Amino acid sequence: MQNRLKINKIILFLSTAAAVIGILFLLWILLTLIVKGVSTIHWSILTEDLINGGIRNLLIGQFVMAGVASVIGIPVGLMAGVYLREYGRNMKLVNFIRNLSDVMMSAPSIVIGVFVFALMVAPVNSFNGWAGSVALSIMMLPIIISTTDSMLSLVPNELREAGMAIGGSKHRIILDIVMKSAKVGITTGVLLAFARIIGETAPLIFTSANSAFLTFNLNDQFPSLTVAIYNLANYPDEASRNLAWSASFVLTVIVLSINLTGRFLTTHKKRN
Amino acid sequence: METILEIKNFNFTYAGALEPSLKHIDLPIHTNKVTALIGPSGCGKSTLLRAMNRIHDIYPGHTYEGQILLWDQEAQKHNNILYLEKEDDMIALRQKVGMIFQKPTPFPMSIFDNVAYGLRLSGVKNHSELRDRVEVALRGAALWEEVRDRLKENGMGLSGGQQQRLCIARAVALKPSILLFDEPTSALDPKSTRAIEELIEELKQEISIVIVTHNMQQAVRISDYTGFMYLGDLVEYDTTENVFNLPKNELTKDYVMGRFG
Repeated sequence: MQNRLKINKIILFLSTAAAVIGILFLLWILLTLIVKGVSTIHWSILTEDLINGGIRNLLIGQFVMAGVASVIGIPVGLMAGVYLREYGRNMKLVNFIRNLSDVMMSAPSIVIGVFVFALMVAPVNSFNGWAGSVALSIMMLPIIISTTDSMLSLVPNELREAGMAIGGSKHRIILDIVMKSAKVGITTGVLLAFARIIGETAPLIFTSANSAFLTFNLNDQFPSLTVAIYNLANYPDEASRNLAWSASFVLTVIVLSINLTGRFLTTHKKRN
Repeated sequence: METILEIKNFNFTYAGALEPSLKHIDLPIHTNKVTALIGPSGCGKSTLLRAMNRIHDIYPGHTYEGQILLWDQEAQKHNNILYLEKEDDMIALRQKVGMIFQKPTPFPMSIFDNVAYGLRLSGVKNHSELRDRVEVALRGAALWEEVRDRLKENGMGLSGGQQQRLCIARAVALKPSILLFDEPTSALDPKSTRAIEELIEELKQEISIVIVTHNMQQAVRISDYTGFMYLGDLVEYDTTENVFNLPKNELTKDYVMGRFG
C-alpha cells in the first residue's frame, strides 16, 4: 500500500514537471516574440515595402501565394476526400491513397520545396511565385483530404439513405446533405490547412524565394514574409534583425488568430 | 387494381453472403391498406422492406431474384422494379415508393427546406407552388400547427416525434403511392407513437402502407394485413385478425402469443 502511494506521487510529480517544462518553453518563445516584436514594431513597417525597411509587400505576397495555393489545394483536397469516403469502391486503392495522404502530411516540407524546385524552377531557370504557390498547395492537400475524409465518415449513413429514399441522385445528396452536415468540420480543416501554409518557409526558399518590392507578377521572384524573416535574421545589421523580430511577431499573431478561429468553430459546434 | 405491389418468388442475397437472406417470398401489398411485417430480429423483415424501393442499391453487390411488381397507374399494368438499372428510373421509383426510417433523419436545413427538398429534386421550381405543397404536406403529417411560425428554423431543432412527422411530411409531399415504414416509432415515446399511428390511419386513405414493427400491439392496432417472417421465410400471411386470432402455423402462434421473440 505504502509503495503504491509512493509510486503514484512520483508519477504525478514527473508528469506535472513534464507539462510545466513543455508550457515553459512555449511561453518563453511567445514572451520573447512579444518583447522583441513589440519593442521593434512600428506602424510604418506595415505601410512600407521591404526595400524601405517595411513588410507590406511581404505580407501581401505571402497572402497572395497562400491564396493561389488555396484555389488549387482546397477544391482538389475536398474532391479527393469526397472520393475516398463517398465514391471509392475499390477499398485497396482507397486505403492506399489514404495512407499516402497520411505519409504526405508528415513529409518534410523542405522535400516538397526541392521537388517543386526541380519541377517548376529549374526548367525556367528562375524563382517564381507560381512554384511557391504549388509547393504550398501540396502542403495543404493531405490536411484537407484527411479532415474531409474523417468528417464525412461522421455523417450517419441513415442520412444518405434518407436522401436517396426521397429521390436524390448521389451527387446531389453528397452536395446538399452530406457536405452540409459536415460543413463545420470541413471548414475547420480548411482553416487549419491555411494556417499551416501561411507560416511555411521551407517550401518557399527554393521556389518563390523573396522580393524586396511589391509585385503581383507570379512569373517572377515573389515577396514572402517567411523567407524574408529567414534572410533578415541572418543579416549582420541591427535594423534587419529588428525587422525580422517584428515580422515574426506579426506572423505569429496571424497564424494564432486563424488557429483560434478554427478552434472556436469546433467548440461552438460541439455546444450546439 | 387490388394490389399496388406484388412480390413473387423473391430471393435476396446480401453482397458476399453465401446464403440468401430472403427465400421464395410471395407477398401481395393491397392498395390503400396497411400491411404489417412482424417477426423476431434478423428474420428479414427490414431486408424485404428495403427491397421494395431498392434502397439496398446504395451499397453495391446485392443480388435480387424473382419479381417485385409495382402497379403503374398510367400504363395500367404492373412493372417489375427489379429490372430497373438507370439512376433516373431508381429516382422515379423512390418518388413513388417513399420510406420512413427508424431514427428520424431530418436534413441539415430549415423545416421548410426539408419538405421542399424532395419537391425541388423532382422539378418543382415555382415558389408559390412549393409553399402550397409544403403546407399541404405538413398539414398531412399533422405538424403544420406546431411549426407554421418557425418554418425557417433548422429541422434538427424539433423533438424526436416532430422530426419523425417532418420526415413523413417530406415523403408525403412527393405524393407517393406507397410508404414504407421501418420501425418508425421504436425510438419515440408513447405519445409521439400514438400521433404517428393516428397519422398512418389518415394516410392510408390515399397511400398504401407497409410497416415493419417489433411491437405486436402496434400491428394489431393499425394494420389490415400481417405477414409473419422467420429466418428469411414468410411463414404466414393473412388478415391481421386471422394472424393474431387464428394463426395456422405453430411458429406464428408461438410468436404472436409472446412465447419467443
